[in-house]
Amino acid sequence: MSEHQMHHVISVTVENKPGVLARVASMFARRDFNIHSLTVGPTEDPSRSRMTVVVDGPEMEQIVKQLYKLVHTLKVSEHKPGEAVEREIMLLRVNADPKRRSEILEAANVFEAKAVDVGATTVTFEVVGEPGRLADFHEMMKTYGIASLVKSGRIALAKDSKSMTKKQKRTA
Amino acid sequence: MPNEISGAEILLKSLELEGVDLVFGIPGGAILQAYDSLYDSPIRHVLVRHEQGGGHMASGYAHATGRVGVTIATSGPGATNLVTPLADAYMDSIPVVAITAQVPSTSIGLDAFQETHTWGIAMPVTKHNELVTETSEIAGAVHEAFHLAKTGRPGPVLVDITKDALVGTASFTGSKKIDLPGYKPSVKGHSRQVKAAIDLIMESERPVLYAGGGTIRAEASRELTQFAELLRLPTVTTLMARGVIPDSHDLALGMPGMHGCYTASTAMQKSDLLINIGARFDDRVTGNPEFFAPHARVIHVDVDPAEIGKIRFVDVPIVGDAKAVLTQLIEIATKRLDGHEAPARSAWFDTIRSWQRDFPLTFNQEEDGPIQQQYVIEQLHKATGGDAIVVAGVGQHQMWTSQFWGFERPNTWINSGGLGTMGYAVPASIGAQAGMPNETVICIDGDGCFQMTFQELITAATENIPVKIVVMNNASLGMVRQWQKLFFNERFSATDLSYENPDIVMLAEAMGCVGLRAETPDEVIPTIEKGLAVTDRPVVMEFRCDRDAMVFPMIKAGGSNDFILMGPEDIT
Ligand SMILES: Cc1ncc(C[n+]2csc(CCOP(=O)(O)OP(=O)(O)O)c2C)c(N)n1
Ligand SMILES: [Mg+2]
Repeated sequence: MSEHQMHHVISVTVENKPGVLARVASMFARRDFNIHSLTVGPTEDPSRSRMTVVVDGPEMEQIVKQLYKLVHTLKVSEHKPGEAVEREIMLLRVNADPKRRSEILEAANVFEAKAVDVGATTVTFEVVGEPGRLADFHEMMKTYGIASLVKSGRIALAKDSKSMTKKQKRTA
Repeated sequence: MPNEISGAEILLKSLELEGVDLVFGIPGGAILQAYDSLYDSPIRHVLVRHEQGGGHMASGYAHATGRVGVTIATSGPGATNLVTPLADAYMDSIPVVAITAQVPSTSIGLDAFQETHTWGIAMPVTKHNELVTETSEIAGAVHEAFHLAKTGRPGPVLVDITKDALVGTASFTGSKKIDLPGYKPSVKGHSRQVKAAIDLIMESERPVLYAGGGTIRAEASRELTQFAELLRLPTVTTLMARGVIPDSHDLALGMPGMHGCYTASTAMQKSDLLINIGARFDDRVTGNPEFFAPHARVIHVDVDPAEIGKIRFVDVPIVGDAKAVLTQLIEIATKRLDGHEAPARSAWFDTIRSWQRDFPLTFNQEEDGPIQQQYVIEQLHKATGGDAIVVAGVGQHQMWTSQFWGFERPNTWINSGGLGTMGYAVPASIGAQAGMPNETVICIDGDGCFQMTFQELITAATENIPVKIVVMNNASLGMVRQWQKLFFNERFSATDLSYENPDIVMLAEAMGCVGLRAETPDEVIPTIEKGLAVTDRPVVMEFRCDRDAMVFPMIKAGGSNDFILMGPEDIT
C-alpha cells in the first residue's frame, strides 16, 4: 500500500473569516493530530471557504469531532476511497543535461506532465492529477535526479451522489 | 450621526441586555473609553488588584450563581494576565466572558504600545474568541459570546475590541441577534440510545453512576438524584460534581480517583457498567486507563460529542445536555419498571457496604499534637451546619476539603479541578461571595496558594465582600512535599515555606481584613467561632497545621486503581 492510501481525506467547510486557518491549524497542533497536507481556498459561496485536510488515519473520529467544536466550522465530511475527486499539483524540476533531455520528455509524456520551464541543465514539469499519479511520476524522475519539487497539497470534492464514476475505485 | 453612541456605550448596553449587573476588572489605556462609559452605567464594577484575580472572580461568580461571569482587562499585559483564569475556566467548563481592549486597528501588527496578539494567545484556552474592529459589530460579538459561554458545553469566551471600535460611534438597536451558523449544540439525547442505555442498566449486576461536572453545569442535581433512586444506582461524584447528590444520601459513595475514597474508586473498578453523566474519564479518576474498570461496559452522556470515545470505548454514547437526557432516562426507566421496583442487586450493595465499613475516611487529631487539617474542616462544617459555599485552592487542603466537608447541595463546592490552579481560591471565593451576598462563603486555602493571589484581600475589603478565608498553614507546598516524601526519598527540594513569614494575621490586618490565628488544637474551635462572627469585613483565619500529614487514600499517578494506598505503610 502506498503512503497516501493510509491517509484520510476530509473536507471542512468553514466561515470565511480572518484567522480561520490559524484556528484549524492551532487545534491540530494542540491535539497532536498529524496533518499530511492542508489546503484552503474560496468556494462557490464567498462567505465560506473550504479546506481539504489529509490526515493520518487512526484518530479520524476525534479529528472530525474536534473540527466541529470550532465555532466557525460549518461542515466536515470524510471521503472514503473513491467517493471524492482528489487532485494535487506538482511542480518538479529534474536534472536534464541535453543528452538525456529527450528521454526525459518522452517519459514525462506518458504522465501527461507538461514542461513549463526549460533551462540549460534542468526541465521543470507540471503534473496535475490524482495523488498516486504524482507519486509515480516523482518516483520515475528520481532516476534523473530531482533538483527541486513543490506540491500543492490535496484538494477534494465529494462526487455527486448520483455520480456515474462513483463506483470506480481510487486508482491511487 | 444623531442617533449614534460610542462603541464603549454599546458594549455596556449589550452587557446590560445580557443581564449583567457585576463585572470584575482593571482599566488601562486601550480600554479607557469603556471605563468612561462604565462610570455612568448601573453595572457594578469590582476593581481588582490583578487581572488573574478578576478572571478567577468571574469564574467563582459563575460557579456559585450559574450565571455568566464577566471580566474586563486592557490590552497587552492586561490580556496576558487573563491567560491562567481563561485556561482554568476552559478546563472546568465555566461560563465566563472576558472583554479585552486591543490597540487601534490601524496599529495592529506594528508592535504598538501594549499590543499583544490576544485572540491568538486565547485560542487554545477559550471555547471561542473574536477580534472586533468595527463599532457596529460590538453588540453582535457580545451577544454571541454570552450565547457560546452558557450553552452547549459552557466555557470561557474572549471578545477583543480595538480602541478605535470603542471610541467610534454606531447606532444601537438593542437587538440580541446572533449569527453562528456552525454552532448547534445538541440538547436532547437520541431516544433509541436512551432506550439502549436503560436496557444495559436493567441487565447490569454491578452498575455505578459516575456523575461529573456536567451534571452541575446542567443544573441536573434533582434529576440525577431521582434517577439514582429510581434504578437504585450507587453514585460516585467527581471532584467537579461534589454535592450533585447529597453526600449523606444512601446511594452516594463519595469521590473516586487519586485521592478519592476507597469505596468510590473500587466500586468503579469492579463495576460491570459505568453510567457516565457529564464526566470525562479524567486521569485523576481513572489512573492508568488501560487498567481502569476492566469489566465495565460504558454509557456516556455528554453535551460535547468529542468527550465520547476520547479516552474510553463507549457502548452507548448519548450526546445531549445532562438534565435533558436524565429526564429522558427517568421517563423510559419509569415506563420499563411499570410500577415494579428496580432490581435490588443485594450482592452488589452488600459488597459496597462492606468496603464502606472496612475502608472509611479517617483521621486522628491528637489533643496535644499539631493541628490536623481534617479536624479544622470538620469543625468548620459543624459550626456552619454545612450551610456554606466552600472554595478551595489546589493541594492537600483541597483534597481533604473534598473528602471531609460533606456536600449536600450543588454549587456549594468550587475549586480548580482540571487545571489545578494555585491562587484560584482567594479570588474565586470573592467572586462567589459577590454573586451570593446572602450565603456564607468559606475559602479553604493552602499557605502556598494563598501567597499567589492574596492581594485580592484588598479588593474584598474595599468592595465590602465579607468572604471568610481559612489558610491551612503547613509551612509547605504540602502536596508536592507529600510526593517527595513518598516517591523521592524525602528529598524536600524547594517545598519548604515558613510558618512565620508572611505573618498572615498582620498581612490580613494590613489589607483591611480581620486576622485570626490558631496554633494548637484547642484554639481551633474558638478561632472558628470568632471568624464566623465577623460579617462586616473579610476575615482570614490562619491554622498552623501539621507539616508531615499526608492525604490518603492515594493512587499513584499512572497506576492502576486496583492498588489503593490507604496509608504510608502501604508504600513499597
Ligand atoms: C500555579 C501552580 N503552580 C504550581 C503548582 C504545583 N503544585 C500543586 S499543589 C502545590 C502545593 C500547594 O501548596 P499549598 O497551597 O500550601 O497547599 P498544601 O498542599 O500545602 O495544602 C504545588 C506547588 C500548581 N498546581 N499551580
Ligand atoms: Mg501548604
